[in-house]
Amino acid sequence: MKVLYFAWLRSRIGVGEEDLCLPAGIATVGELINWLKTRSPGHAAAFSDAGLVRAAVNQDYAGLDHPLRPGDEVAFFPPVTGG
Amino acid sequence: MTVRVQREDFDPGAEIAALGVGGTEIGAVASFVGLVRGGTDGVAAMTLEHYPGMTERQIAAMVDEACRRWPLDGATVIHRFGRLTPGDRIVFVGVASRHRAAAFAACEFLIDWLKTRAPFWKLEEGAGTSRWVEAKDEDDARAKRWQKED
Repeated sequence: MKVLYFAWLRSRIGVGEEDLCLPAGIATVGELINWLKTRSPGHAAAFSDAGLVRAAVNQDYAGLDHPLRPGDEVAFFPPVTGG
Repeated sequence: MTVRVQREDFDPGAEIAALGVGGTEIGAVASFVGLVRGGTDGVAAMTLEHYPGMTERQIAAMVDEACRRWPLDGATVIHRFGRLTPGDRIVFVGVASRHRAAAFAACEFLIDWLKTRAPFWKLEEGAGTSRWVEAKDEDDARAKRWQKED
């Protein structure tokens, strides 16, 4: 599964993209976040305040309960500040 | 309908003129141009990061929604990314319609939604430091005005 990070999530994690093989039992965005937090101190820092993290699955906004399927593109980023 | 996400600058006059040639029934073209603000509380420079693919997809969805809500004869949204300095143009929104009320409303709707839904992030450079801009409650409040009751 391709996982992308933007803005300060990317800075804290140290990479903008990871290709990950998820362990069994991760079926939602929220479960993915909980697992990602355990991968490194940088990941833990990036996801330490869940209220500041937005998620997208296949380039559409997704909530924590959104189901994940193999091959999905998942992205995490802060609230947007364009315009 | 035109959506462009690009590093290079754009010509607002040319974009406005292009919106007016969609048909003789067009009576109004409304536009908005966003600039990098300098001044005392301003920044030395900023870098706009975006999510290629999702950005275009989300802006196209906003334009579709604007077309459902108002009778539009044309719409153009251009958003830049990369490093920009005070005075640089960041974003262009232009809409064409038969009458001004729809053109004004759709233009404001699009910039309000762009600010809260299009995946862009600003990294500001100040005196030797840089910081990610935080989202503003005020922008969320402006975008919420367009929520439908249904």
